[in-house]
Amino acid sequence: MTDPYLQIENLSFSYPAQGEGEAAPVLHGLNLQIERGSFVAVLGRNGSGKSTLAKLLGMILTPTSGKIRMGGKEITDPALTEDELFALRAGVGMVFQNPDNQLVATIVEEDIAFGPENLGLAPEQIRARVDSALDTVGMRAYAKHAPHQLSGGQKQRIAIAGVIAMRPECILFDESTAMLDPTGRAEVMQTVLALNKEGITEIFITHNMNEAVLADRVLVMDEGRIVLDGTPKEVFAQADTLRGCGLGVPQVTELFEVLRQQGLPVGEPVISEEEGAERLYALLNQ
Amino acid sequence: MLKDITLGQYFPGNSILHRLDPRVKIVLTVLYIVALFLAKSMLSFVFILCVTVLLVLLSRINLRVILKGMKPILFIMVFTMILNLFFTRGEGEPLVHVAFVRIYREGITTAVYMLVRIVCLLAGTSILLTYTTSPITLTDGIEQLLAPLSVLHVPVHEFAMMMTIALRFIPTLIEETDKIMSAQKARGADFTSGSLLHRVRALIPILIPLFVSAFRRADELAIAMECRCYRGGAGRTRMNRLHMHIRDYGALVCMVLFGAGIVVLNIYTSRIGYGL
Ligand SMILES: Nc1ncnc2c1ncn2[C@@H]1O[C@H](COP(=O)(O)OP(=O)(O)OP(=O)(O)O)[C@@H](O)[C@H]1O
Ligand SMILES: [Mg+2]
Repeated sequence: MTDPYLQIENLSFSYPAQGEGEAAPVLHGLNLQIERGSFVAVLGRNGSGKSTLAKLLGMILTPTSGKIRMGGKEITDPALTEDELFALRAGVGMVFQNPDNQLVATIVEEDIAFGPENLGLAPEQIRARVDSALDTVGMRAYAKHAPHQLSGGQKQRIAIAGVIAMRPECILFDESTAMLDPTGRAEVMQTVLALNKEGITEIFITHNMNEAVLADRVLVMDEGRIVLDGTPKEVFAQADTLRGCGLGVPQVTELFEVLRQQGLPVGEPVISEEEGAERLYALLNQ
Repeated sequence: MLKDITLGQYFPGNSILHRLDPRVKIVLTVLYIVALFLAKSMLSFVFILCVTVLLVLLSRINLRVILKGMKPILFIMVFTMILNLFFTRGEGEPLVHVAFVRIYREGITTAVYMLVRIVCLLAGTSILLTYTTSPITLTDGIEQLLAPLSVLHVPVHEFAMMMTIALRFIPTLIEETDKIMSAQKARGADFTSGSLLHRVRALIPILIPLFVSAFRRADELAIAMECRCYRGGAGRTRMNRLHMHIRDYGALVCMVLFGAGIVVLNIYTSRIGYGL
């Protein structure tokens, strides 16, 4: 059952000290293993180090100490040559918060081609990848549009298409739904789930509990440490710890917790709205 | 409100000029300019006028648009004409001689030739390049035409990348300027009244947030590009490569013939003694 795609050992990181002050560590000796093909949500309040972790995994930052192994290769090995790093980087994609600041080209399909072009592929191969990426995110009809003519959700799907055209094994999403309206969020979440079904390992940073509930596994970070780690059910059952980390729980979970405190026999914690509705219905029928 | 600004002066269309390879169009423009400066005689200027009119017809762009594009340099045109008219000294008697003003036949012809040259230069180059070529196609054309220069360490790819990013972000930044202006107006800023100095000062609260945000965007974009394995032009391929079609070769041949025609007309008119 264990096929760890990502292994993090004792990972620490601090940004370079500004002025006189000591460099305060942002991550403190993180240990983590992530299965190949899993969908992991990462929660945590502002400044808890989520983006820093994502940037370390995306090879934008290098750790102060500790090791990261990805797909069996150690990406933090200082002996890696420029070309080896380049090849490794193609295996990890990143999608950021602001879709506007990720698109490079003035035409949608050329933007998606940007990554494969950097990999030095043949023109026909790039064309094939661009077309299949457009199909995956359901944006084929917009291939010739300019990015500024698209909605936020559409732009974010183009950004995702640009990443999947590089055929990565893993995609990191850093609050990729934060700037979108509910429709845009739904579009992006649908794409994210579909990609996971195709076997891409996904690490999904979010502040939205309803999105975290969809993951296989939820990590909660606070002050550069992993505080909670488990299935959404396990994690959201710990409402008090979550509140201590400055987070809430999904509304349904909160509702059932209050009901339990009132002495009602509501059973184990609930995280999805459908399940909550069924339980409530059963409860009312009793 | 700012959104209405059109980028460059590209008029989308499907004429033969629109469909020419951008590299060819750049070369054509250079040839065209050279040909204009070769012209010396009446016949060759008539020939140039005819060819330029033909270009206008081929581009299917409204003549009024092209004339409007010349408005900004109207002053220069008039100024050049006057200079040529009054300060060209010719042989023989002046046509007009009032006080110190002397106008010769040569003065009139040079002034007219100069006018034709400027008008054709502007109309021709804008039709060949800016009106019928989208900025991004033009950038691609420049990049691929000048690619051999990168051997000499000319940063051709970097220049093209800069252009592309600039073109990509202009609409975004315009939208942002609009938002910042509205935000400052909501706080009582006034951009439309007061002295010039006052109005310029009123722009500061717009420019500072705009620059801050542009730098933040640049930072994020750089990270996103790095994540997508960007490492400069080396080893990079392109999805869309430009291909020369028969029409492109045809256009080049026509332009060379145009230049040759002007030279022939120059020689011919000087033979029959109709110089100037
Ligand atoms: N470039 C930087 N230089 C110095 N310190 C930084 C830098 N970026 C982040 N930090 C600090 O590192 C800490 C963690 O930041 P990080 O961006 O990883 O948090 P986050 O969990 O992503 O927060 P958010 O939810 O706001 O995105 C914060 O205390 C922040 O001030
Ligand atoms: Mg963050």
